[in-house]
Amino acid sequence: MSFTLPDLPYAYDALAPYMSRETLEYHHDKHHNAYVTTGNNLLKGSEWEGKSIEEVVKGAYGKNQGLFNNAGQHFNHTHFWKWMKPNGGGDKLPGELEKAIVADLGSLAKAKEDFVQAGTTQFGSGWAWLAVKDGKITVMKTPNGENPLVHGATPILGVDVWEHSYYIDYRNRRPDYLKAFVDHLVNWEYVAELYAAASK
Amino acid sequence: MPASTTARPTLFERYTSLVASALGLEPGTGTAGGSARGAFTLPPLPYATSALAPVIDTRTMELHHGKHHRAYVDKLDAALKNHRSLAAKPLHTLLESLDTLPAAIRKAVRDNGGGHANHSMLWEIMGPPGEGSQAPTGALAEAIAKSFGSLDKMKAAVEAEGAGQFGSGWVFVLVAPDGGLSIETRPNQDSPLMDGKRPLLGNDLWEHAYYLTYENRRADYLKAWWAVVNWDAVARRYDAARAGTLTV
Ligand SMILES: [Fe+2]
Ligand SMILES: [Fe+2]
Repeated sequence: MSFTLPDLPYAYDALAPYMSRETLEYHHDKHHNAYVTTGNNLLKGSEWEGKSIEEVVKGAYGKNQGLFNNAGQHFNHTHFWKWMKPNGGGDKLPGELEKAIVADLGSLAKAKEDFVQAGTTQFGSGWAWLAVKDGKITVMKTPNGENPLVHGATPILGVDVWEHSYYIDYRNRRPDYLKAFVDHLVNWEYVAELYAAASK
Repeated sequence: MPASTTARPTLFERYTSLVASALGLEPGTGTAGGSARGAFTLPPLPYATSALAPVIDTRTMELHHGKHHRAYVDKLDAALKNHRSLAAKPLHTLLESLDTLPAAIRKAVRDNGGGHANHSMLWEIMGPPGEGSQAPTGALAEAIAKSFGSLDKMKAAVEAEGAGQFGSGWVFVLVAPDGGLSIETRPNQDSPLMDGKRPLLGNDLWEHAYYLTYENRRADYLKAWWAVVNWDAVARRYDAARAGTLTV
């Protein structure tokens, strides 16, 4: 099974003004596409050819850095598009997810604050996460293409903090981008879906 | 080259530049301000922010020097605020001895001290395209020929290493005490100074260095960048390294 670039689940201008058409065009059509193309070239003939994306990410970690980088980014971006939606964000969460966030992280406000803080303090390119580890929701951050899968956790929400995610719309102001992401973009229904699957 | 759509100002920038012009300030440039009060200061650019265009656009230079570099200086100062004896040390000494620093400030000094050193070097080795020597001469040219075969081979190797660094980081040409040259990359704001090595020259691989003009095309940026390398400044660094006086 090789990697394929998924279509965006909304129009390119659907997330404006919080994420512009231009950002989505470059981010999806150029950056994500390059991870798919490079990843497929590196996958060919490797011991992970034909494996699921999750198996490639976990298997290549620490063993084949080039494949890991591109497979990791393919996994991360495939979910990232679905972690956003027009008129997203805010405080209306599916009940089970909200209960779990309050139980594991204190409150929804605290969870958002810690998530934004993780993204702000990830120095250089990387991602910030909500992930399920040992049955609990936890806040994480990882460099470059890495993700919670290689740390024994299942990601349920992630935000890209590579500068290409926000430089066109926010320049150097990463915290403003992260705040817009949690306030206006997060697709909590998709987070809830992943949480339900992870906690089974 | 620069697509005008990608370099257009955001609403916020239009607003702040209006405010700045009303106040008679240049947004995002200059050296006065918070950092001047601490132990470390933002060095002024040795040329105008527009001087490197079209290779590096004006807005990128304003943000890169006035926002990114300034933030590294301010955060380095903040980390060392309650460590006066450390704040009095030269930057390269701090970076060479990261593992002797208190654990609570080690990462902040590594990231922001490295960022301060790397960017200070970057501004120094660039200049307006077409000005000064267009290629290395003298001892530097000899060292390049000896270490890489030719200047073109050195450029190609820097471009390849720079393109291959995944995520944010730097590509450097290092100069050894015997004058030999080699190419190495570092992630994020790590500096060769942290390993006791000296960068002769280096280029910034963070997306903020090139995104407004080159978007995702880092390889194009790396190739175009040679036109703004000031070979006279690089030669001065080479001579200083041979004399043992090159600090950052
Ligand atoms: Fe990305
Ligand atoms: Fe930079």
